[in-house]
Amino acid sequence: MNPILQVENLKKVYSDGTVALNNINFEVHPGEFIVVIGPSGAGKSTLLRCINRLVEPTSGDVVFKGKKINKIGARQVKQVRREIGMVFQNFNLIDRLSVVNNVLHGRLGYTGTIKGALGLFSKKDIAEAEEILERVGLSKQKYKRADELSGGQMQRVGISRALAQRPRLILADEPIASLDPASSKIIMDHIFTICKEDKITAIVNLHQVDVAMKYATRIIGIKSGEVIFDGQPSHLTKNIIDEIYSNAKQPLVNAQ
Amino acid sequence: MSRDGNVYPLNAQESDNEIAIKPKKDLFTRGVFAFGAVFFLFCLYQLNIDYSNLLAGTVDFITMLGEMFPPDVSEWKYVIPAAIESLQVAILGTVIAVVISLVLAFLAAENLAPNNLVASIVKGFATLMRVIPTIIWALIFIVAVGLGPLPGVLAIAVHSLGMLIKVFAQSVEEMDDGKIEALRASGANWIQIIAQGVIPTVVTALLSWTILRLEIDIGESTILGLVGAGGIGWELTRAMRSYDFNAAFFIAMVIFVMIFSVEMLSNRLKLKV
Repeated sequence: MNPILQVENLKKVYSDGTVALNNINFEVHPGEFIVVIGPSGAGKSTLLRCINRLVEPTSGDVVFKGKKINKIGARQVKQVRREIGMVFQNFNLIDRLSVVNNVLHGRLGYTGTIKGALGLFSKKDIAEAEEILERVGLSKQKYKRADELSGGQMQRVGISRALAQRPRLILADEPIASLDPASSKIIMDHIFTICKEDKITAIVNLHQVDVAMKYATRIIGIKSGEVIFDGQPSHLTKNIIDEIYSNAKQPLVNAQ
Repeated sequence: MSRDGNVYPLNAQESDNEIAIKPKKDLFTRGVFAFGAVFFLFCLYQLNIDYSNLLAGTVDFITMLGEMFPPDVSEWKYVIPAAIESLQVAILGTVIAVVISLVLAFLAAENLAPNNLVASIVKGFATLMRVIPTIIWALIFIVAVGLGPLPGVLAIAVHSLGMLIKVFAQSVEEMDDGKIEALRASGANWIQIIAQGVIPTVVTALLSWTILRLEIDIGESTILGLVGAGGIGWELTRAMRSYDFNAAFFIAMVIFVMIFSVEMLSNRLKLKV
């Protein structure tokens, strides 16, 4: 099977000289549920954002479905982004809008500029958004304002927004870092089962190793912008975990 | 599969052995304050104000207030429409400024501008409009389009635009960038991000700035009459110049009631927003 995503020699140096990613290489095959682990500041978020070009890579290639997406123009980037759903640590919902409206934001990429701006979504999109909300158990909340929800509910809306894009790939950046353990489990279960049922590939950033071990089909360990482990959870030994998290607070390598 | 033990070792070795660095004193801020204090004393000396006038002036002022009483309401037929004209000038000018600034503020906000150059150009343009007072703009526009309410509307629109671009852009910049990022990640374009994400998030701030600006503009539109840009200010100037203090008092009362009622109204409105 062809890989859905290839990351080749990816490097990101921020303008202040911080090397966030250095020589990252991996392939992602359809159906994989990859968890990226590593300490804060290791470059996990930057890695995800280079994949959908919220962050411009400094060098190297990101190939999504056979297309080098670091070489394409702004219009094509938007088209690629439609196929890549993203879930955030802070949910990033628009607080004053209704739950269903927030889910429909996942359809903006498929909706015309004016219709999208005015929030005039098609009946089909609205029906689908309501279906997704039912799936994550939020149909009763669909007309509530997003800021009336609890953290766990907000994240379910975040997942629903990503699903509304009918994505091939979901990128989740620390989806449970702001949640209590009970909500965390609900969220991880939703992400895992939905990706399995809908055959969506997922790359999830986490810093809880035990959670990673429970869900991942493959784990990538990142430290100071470099991949130091890539393999099945069963191969992740205590020594490797210690290595990933040792000296976690050392500053990143400087370019100069 | 779950593991015991702390997977996040605490790095005790690095925290305590750094040498505490004494922060440098900010010479610039100190210099500005010192210069300000010296310049204030210099102004006191240089302007050489005769403070005895203050006492005599107060007595004169009270006498004049006495002469102003009772207010002469006989010219209400001219005064009331002039007051309404001032109100119209303010509302028109503010609305024009709000509409234009809603477009320009998004170009000036650094988290939304296409690039930093555009943001600085729009911000520079806003500063220029803001630093020139409304009354100077009115004088400029009177030369351009003649006397009447039109130069007043233009003057208020231009000066308000300068302020509204700045404060609207600031409100947008204070917004959590994650929300913008989330919409970008879904493939939304610039206009969709603004309409569906930014405006719903900052709408309360935009409304309260707009109300505040309208309050200021109503005050300013009464002054604009002094230079011939229409409205009740013109009536006040006319009455004062012809020493018709009783009429002037009535006009002043109308201005006071007008501004005060707008303020009451906007306070009620702000509670709702």
